[in-house]
Amino acid sequence: MRLLSIENLTTTFKLPVGDVQAVRGISLHVNAGEAIGIVGESGSGKSVSMLSVMRLLPDNAAVTADDIEFDGQSINDAPISMLRSLEGDQIGMVFQDPMTSLNPLFTVGFQLMEPLRIHRRMSKHDARERALEILRQVDMPDPESRMRQYPHELSGGMRQRVMIGIAIACGPKLIIADEPTTALDVTIQAQILDLLRTLQTNHDTATILITHDLGVIAGMCSRVLVMYGGKIVEEGTVREIFYDARHPYTWGLLRSIPQRGRDRAKLVPIPGSPPDLIAPPKGCPFLPRCEHAMNICNTQMPPHKMITHTHMASCYLMDPAAPFVRWDRAKGVTRDDRADERLTD
Amino acid sequence: MTARTNASRTNVPLIEVRGLKMDFPVKRTITGRVTKMLKAVDDVNFSIQPGTTFGLVGESGCGKTTVGRAIVRLYKPTAGEVLYEGADIAALDRNDLAPYYQRMQMIFQDPYASLDPRMTISSIIAEPLRKRADMSVRDRQDRVRELTDLVGLKQDHLLRYPHEFSGGQRQRIGIARALANSPRFIVCDEPISALDVSIQAQVINMLEDLQSRMGLTYLFVSHDLRMVRHISHVVGVMYLGCMVEMAPVEELYNNLLHPYSQALMSAAPIPDPDMSDRIQRIILQGDVPTPINPPSGCTFRNRCPRAMDVCSQTRPAWREARPGHWAACHAVK
Repeated sequence: MRLLSIENLTTTFKLPVGDVQAVRGISLHVNAGEAIGIVGESGSGKSVSMLSVMRLLPDNAAVTADDIEFDGQSINDAPISMLRSLEGDQIGMVFQDPMTSLNPLFTVGFQLMEPLRIHRRMSKHDARERALEILRQVDMPDPESRMRQYPHELSGGMRQRVMIGIAIACGPKLIIADEPTTALDVTIQAQILDLLRTLQTNHDTATILITHDLGVIAGMCSRVLVMYGGKIVEEGTVREIFYDARHPYTWGLLRSIPQRGRDRAKLVPIPGSPPDLIAPPKGCPFLPRCEHAMNICNTQMPPHKMITHTHMASCYLMDPAAPFVRWDRAKGVTRDDRADERLTD
Repeated sequence: MTARTNASRTNVPLIEVRGLKMDFPVKRTITGRVTKMLKAVDDVNFSIQPGTTFGLVGESGCGKTTVGRAIVRLYKPTAGEVLYEGADIAALDRNDLAPYYQRMQMIFQDPYASLDPRMTISSIIAEPLRKRADMSVRDRQDRVRELTDLVGLKQDHLLRYPHEFSGGQRQRIGIARALANSPRFIVCDEPISALDVSIQAQVINMLEDLQSRMGLTYLFVSHDLRMVRHISHVVGVMYLGCMVEMAPVEELYNNLLHPYSQALMSAAPIPDPDMSDRIQRIILQGDVPTPINPPSGCTFRNRCPRAMDVCSQTRPAWREARPGHWAACHAVK
């Protein structure tokens, strides 16, 4: 069952220097209880797309979409008050930096009780009981005294536990976690990811995990979306993306990190830098950095080509008339330019 | 590979650290008497062979950055020796250090904060050369052009300002500045952690190229265990101011001895779904204690899955448990 579906979302920021087209027409869905990952580098539009859905962007952002549905209800044209009543209740959000997303002036207990008091109209006493229960659920040491502490008194890992606690307080159907572990050390990151996995399996909470770390995605998500230049360039199950990727950008991401077993092999970086989204290219945004670029890539955005019913890549290499190019971990790039032969078979 | 074999032939390390301690006062009385000390680094020993990379890993607050800064003498060590080609520089004062500052350089984590926004790229790269009496203005300009080529920047970038560059390009500028005086030793303090994955590989490849072309020696400080494994010849693991384990890279990653290193390595996310499912993760409980008031005995004991009675009483000795493989743990035989 589809929990959240987004059709053709665009987000444009109006700036004095011009309009920044941060998200340029993306469609995606999340099923109930499913964990999906959105991966891409800074400025690819991964965070902005989710903030657009929740309408958490500043006034200079213009968001349009053909349709956005959550739990069978259209939230595309819904009043903003409806979004605010979903947030913290049906949809929990976890952000990268827990220090700036928690309010430094209120105790942990107050901030945990707030969604319960507002959305569930609980009494102070009940909310306190539930808040303690949540702190235990997120493995917070010594929950009673934590309730009275302020965010600055906690370590980064504990603050992120509080953030997750607030997000799950009302038992949401969906958690949107935006780089939840980027600011944390690896041992603490492992604790937090373990916690998110437990919540997902025990409470059947759907999760959207936004990250630039493919390692985090591999251990956590069942489907992956790869974003580049405000577009989804490849999408598939976690195995399809890691073992049978088809887009040169996805190859680039996989090649630029050391591979297990071949740790000392030379890394293959992606040359150049991401596109300027004030004047985005007419064709494929990855073109200037792509070693397999063809003339056609300059003319228009490559169509979404389905490889299996779950695997999509937006690249002209998927065209039957294009040269045959593949990459895998063991063999690297295999290229066969005899396209004519391929056309006949 | 060649760097590794060359290194094993020579025996004089370029950098040797013996019993390094670095304390910072955190609380004073009104008369200025220090009442609380933060032991950022507590008795650390290691050496780096010329032309090799020593990887220093650990979580935030473990003292790895402080070790790097104490070696290049941005800090004056509280105790211990820092030997540069056998000469102790730990106690030297500013004037005597001048020649060493030319031979040792540093690349910083944050490419936004480490470049002066009001200086052009040309003057940033030329700055370390300004003290050189033997260099004419002409020589300096030539050297700056040479350095820009070396790190893959364009000549027409030279008159621009840092804000016009991306993170990866800024890190190249920082590297060009560090290379200006042809140092032999560079401390790379988290040089890639502020960069996007696709740009990280560009910087790492460049550091490796420079090492093989110029015979540079690196101390590579990082929390990214995959990159440390990729770039280092010898790796040391730090926890709460102490070195807990140290070995040549393959020996370390294949035979982890210390329970902290084991937990640290198993916690690193693996970009491979099948592997990721198979691996047995050790998830540590709790947080790193404060170095102002560390636990008695072994500092890791309160989070250690193998802690025994002896761990709270005596600090484990730093000893060679296997050939070339050092560890500080009571549980390691």
